[in-house]
Amino acid sequence: MNTKKLEAFLPIVGVAGLLAIWSLATWRQWVDPVLLPSPISTFKALWVGMDGGALGFDFVKTVYRTAVATVIASVIAIPLGIVLGASERLYRSLEFVIDFFRSTPASAMFPLFLVLFGVGDETKISVAAFGAVLVILFNVAYGVMNARKTRLLAAKVMGASRLRVLFDVMLLESLPQTFVGIRNGVSLALVVIVVAEMFIGSQDGLGHSVFEAQQLFEMPRMYAAIFAAGVLGYGLNLLFLLIERRFVHWSGK
Amino acid sequence: MTAAPAARLSAAADAPSPLARAAASRRPHVTIRGLSKRFDKAVIYDNFDLDIPRGELISVFGPNGCGKSTLINMIAGLTPVDAGEILFDGMRLNEIKFGYVFQNYREALFPWMRAFDNIAYPLKMMKVAPAERRLRTEKLVSHLGIKLDLNLYPYQMSGGQQQLVSIMRALVVDPEILFLDEPFSALDYEMTLFMREQLQKLFMESGTTMVLVSHDLEEAVYLADRVLLLSRHPARIADFPKVAVPRPRTDATLSDPEFVGIKAHCLDVFQREVRRA
Repeated sequence: MNTKKLEAFLPIVGVAGLLAIWSLATWRQWVDPVLLPSPISTFKALWVGMDGGALGFDFVKTVYRTAVATVIASVIAIPLGIVLGASERLYRSLEFVIDFFRSTPASAMFPLFLVLFGVGDETKISVAAFGAVLVILFNVAYGVMNARKTRLLAAKVMGASRLRVLFDVMLLESLPQTFVGIRNGVSLALVVIVVAEMFIGSQDGLGHSVFEAQQLFEMPRMYAAIFAAGVLGYGLNLLFLLIERRFVHWSGK
Repeated sequence: MTAAPAARLSAAADAPSPLARAAASRRPHVTIRGLSKRFDKAVIYDNFDLDIPRGELISVFGPNGCGKSTLINMIAGLTPVDAGEILFDGMRLNEIKFGYVFQNYREALFPWMRAFDNIAYPLKMMKVAPAERRLRTEKLVSHLGIKLDLNLYPYQMSGGQQQLVSIMRALVVDPEILFLDEPFSALDYEMTLFMREQLQKLFMESGTTMVLVSHDLEEAVYLADRVLLLSRHPARIADFPKVAVPRPRTDATLSDPEFVGIKAHCLDVFQREVRRA
């Protein structure tokens, strides 16, 4: 009878279980406490770090870089994807190139971008944007190409010009797929940014925070930074899902 | 320059509507001459001629794959013709107003627009000012007396309601001719019966020439003033009988001897054409 109400709490079960095992493992000292601090000390480090500490600053830095990379990628990829998707011939002729670079690990581009942009923020952001551009481009182009034929015909039969069909139909038809692209793009951008912050002469950012804490054996701080990165990744995905649900209300219906 | 020679098929056009342009009702509305179409090697139409009378509802019926939908798609400009001429009162398609209702309403409506804006969209394409668009759409809705919440999005409506919205979208421009490609075949039987009544009502009120493709013989005969029976491809007119059963037709019509007779005749012609293969 009460199972319906209880089902709402199902997602918490995994979290509670994880915390329980973690607590037990540290309490019983199954794992070296240097490698795995207790949940309490980890969350204390997270709290202290985020509440005006260095971790909060690093968090904001990473958010900033990821956001800039995603915005740049979207500004380039969305219009380009629409143009490519609107002309299937054009897309087919560039498909291999796009697919090839989409499959190339973005991290492999670091040395090249270091030469181009130096060791500053530009390199981190541009490598992340490079990866995200191709993911978003690919999705937007497919969204446009897979616009329902009937819908295009319907617009045509009502007297819509080619340009009108593009803006009134294809663009809106591609939005659900565009959001898939942006969500994948932002995830990829975050991965690239965090890696870049670890190794590309960075002084701040979550990647730097994780790496530095590990170097100094400040394990609670390291786990705290990992959690912060997790929260950020999950939050970004959720944010775009909510935006999509608000603006692309017809998605999947 | 006259559009076509005197029509053989539109002689006795007793227009069903008081709105029908009585003066012109004796001339055929659509004249098709020398229409040819092939898909790869299959010749679908070869030098095909047809006159569609004004103000009548024509059902197109025939064997599977004979080119029923292709015919209306060519008339409506969705499929290019290989050869031939299609004129509407001597005018070309781009000079007239027409409506088209797709079988797949789910994919034909715009899910990002509310039903009302879907219906008004063709007026936007005709560059009608927003205020007048609103007015004309409201007028159409109240004229049809259809009780629907048009603030809903299409995906919030039932299949029949969505198809009603599609039909209203096709009617909002005051079309001279309306094409319907199996409009009810994606609906359940109950909804199909309801929609037949709605379409008949719309037809009787507007007097618009309608061309309906149907794969259901009963429906084709029930709704039609004439049934265009096509042969297997290359399609010829196997027969083009008149359905002289008075409107409004009701459930009782289905057992009317006249109706039953025409339906049986159409079935005969159909069977003959199917066996001819």
